[in-house]
Amino acid sequence: MFLTCLACVAWAETPPLRFGMTPAIVHDQHRLIKEWGDYLAARIGQPVEIVSRDRYSDTLEMLGQDKLDAAWLSDYPYIMVRRKVRLLAVPVHRGKPSYQGYLIVPARDKTTRSLLQLRGTVFAYADPISHTGYLIPRQELAQAGQRSNTFFRKTFFTWGHRNSVEAVAAGLADASFVDSYVWDSLQKIAPDLTAQTRIVSRSTEYAFPPIVTRGSLPSEAFRRLQAALLGMSGDPAGRQLLEKLYLDGFVQGRPELYDPVEALIHALGDK
Amino acid sequence: MNPLDLSFRIKLPLWGAVLILLTALAVSASSMFQAYEELKEDQVIDAEMLSQSLVSIVFPLMLHDNTWRVFESIKNPLKSRPGSLTKIESILVLDTKLRVFASTHPLAAPILSELKALGPDHAWLATHLPAAIPPDTTLNLAPPGSRFTYFLSPVAQGEANLGLLVVKSNRDSFMPRFSEMAWHAGAIGGVVLAILLPFNWYWGRRMTHPLVELTNRMGQIGKILPEPLDPRLYGHRDELGRLFDAYNQMLKELREKSDLEHQIVQAERLAALGQLAAGVAHEINNPLGGMLTAIDTLKCHAQIDPRMAKTIALIERGLLHIKDTVGALLVEARLKSRKLAPEDIEDVRTLVAAPMRKKTLQLDWNNRLDKDLPLPASLIRQILINLTLNAIHAAAQNGHVSMDIGTHFERLQLVVTNDGKVLSDEQIGHLFEPFSPLSEGGHGLGLWVTYQITHQLGGTISASRKDDRMVFAVNIPLAGLT
Repeated sequence: MFLTCLACVAWAETPPLRFGMTPAIVHDQHRLIKEWGDYLAARIGQPVEIVSRDRYSDTLEMLGQDKLDAAWLSDYPYIMVRRKVRLLAVPVHRGKPSYQGYLIVPARDKTTRSLLQLRGTVFAYADPISHTGYLIPRQELAQAGQRSNTFFRKTFFTWGHRNSVEAVAAGLADASFVDSYVWDSLQKIAPDLTAQTRIVSRSTEYAFPPIVTRGSLPSEAFRRLQAALLGMSGDPAGRQLLEKLYLDGFVQGRPELYDPVEALIHALGDK
Repeated sequence: MNPLDLSFRIKLPLWGAVLILLTALAVSASSMFQAYEELKEDQVIDAEMLSQSLVSIVFPLMLHDNTWRVFESIKNPLKSRPGSLTKIESILVLDTKLRVFASTHPLAAPILSELKALGPDHAWLATHLPAAIPPDTTLNLAPPGSRFTYFLSPVAQGEANLGLLVVKSNRDSFMPRFSEMAWHAGAIGGVVLAILLPFNWYWGRRMTHPLVELTNRMGQIGKILPEPLDPRLYGHRDELGRLFDAYNQMLKELREKSDLEHQIVQAERLAALGQLAAGVAHEINNPLGGMLTAIDTLKCHAQIDPRMAKTIALIERGLLHIKDTVGALLVEARLKSRKLAPEDIEDVRTLVAAPMRKKTLQLDWNNRLDKDLPLPASLIRQILINLTLNAIHAAAQNGHVSMDIGTHFERLQLVVTNDGKVLSDEQIGHLFEPFSPLSEGGHGLGLWVTYQITHQLGGTISASRKDDRMVFAVNIPLAGLT
């Protein structure tokens, strides 16, 4: 009791740790994210403020301006700022710190077997700086000698993997590439939604979207936060949260894991 | 039976009920019609407002080619909006070439499909679309034979026109709301009718009840004299109340007339009896006078032994008795009598003093005459003696008798009362007939004689009950004696 109150007093004076969330995860689950923030706050002895933004670019901008202390980024945005930030942890999904992209079409489309069959269709991209939602389909087309600008009849951005799933389910788009972690999570949260889509193909695996801190974050705070994340799988409350997040845990990770993404960006000439 | 011949008791409440029902129907029908029209108008306004607000949201999104956000924005209104009259079926956003930019139902209206390819309604719209719709306005079009109305608004700001927003709305989507309103109105109407109809029934019955009573009584007139109406039955001063008064007045007059007729009949009967009695008396008087003269002669001139004398005396007494009786029957006003003086009345008082004392009666003697009157004294004296003796005879032991005599408006008024046995109407009806069966002791000619004298003097006599007393009143005019 006494210790808790001491913590209260300390919290009131300590500025909160600002933690940015991107649409990489299913951020409709505000309560779960808040719970996670509270969990981390208790572990690091500092209040945690969750900052959700709709677009990767917004989160990146805030991180660049030191308005965020830490953020869960997608891999493409991470590549864009990897020189300025520090890799804090990499989530482990289905036993591996990696994920892939799913090419999805509406469930009633029984014929499509590959992206190349989707010529002249309406295609939904997640975000201009999304790896799975934007880079992968364009890369696959490029490998087949197709130009994405002309291959599809129309493309548009949905600003989120979940939106992409919804666009395909509603029939607004004929196909989309989505984050496997989002689709898998949605399959548990909203099975009705994913049931309206069909996975046509899966991309190769890439390192899971990482959690980073701003480069200027004091190393003491960095270590505390990293320890809290890595320790989640060894702690009952942490494990409960991980279950709800459909994650197995966190590993330290190495920046080199993301080199293939950087190579992809260079190949497509986006940077 | 003709329904118009029904009793007012049924007809009046029935008419009332019919009028109430008709009024209720007319009022609710007109308010329903108005509500229907207003809802229809509101529905259009609602859809137009929705269209305009969507345009302002969609315009910047279209400007940035943001298909997903447009989709999200137009999908929202499809969710049921509480309090909204408009049921939006679908929303389309078209580009300037009338191709689908986004739609709430991508399967039915896929992106980039042509408007005219989206079914008959849309094909009709595509051909009937005006060349230009001014910005910030909403045009509503209803294809013939379609259940839907289409609200078309240009997605435009100033000169920049990006396309067209098409809101498809169910034309009858306000029907649930309307039927809800109608249901409420019907329920209120039902409650009002449930209050008004029984009240009307009660009121109608109440109004007609006195009328029915009046009618029933009027129907009896001619056969019997009906009972008067109880004024409590209807206490108001309207036409019906006045009708009640008129009925009661009529009944009163009928009763008086009937009483008068009764009196006339009685008077005529007594007059006939008087003539008969006078005729008989004359017929008897002539031989009787002869017989009495013969007996006188016999007594004076014949030798009569005592036994015969006794027989003759017996015959003479019998004949004298007959003469008395006949004389009493043969009442004749001897007009050449002297005038009535106040002292004549006092003489009578002296005459009756003896029998009064015998019954120890109390006598009120009120002689208000102060001068001579032009009336035959002997006849008035006989009337007064007859009535007073009659009263003394009828009065109870230690009872009370009163006499009042005076003049009033040129008439002599004489009233004698006693506290003896009270007579019934039937008995009073036959009181003045000769040989009255009520007469106890006398020959029953006293009142008959009094009646005859009074009538010969042009007056009236009546017997009546008043407060357990028998009242005999005589009224004789002072002039105009026949």
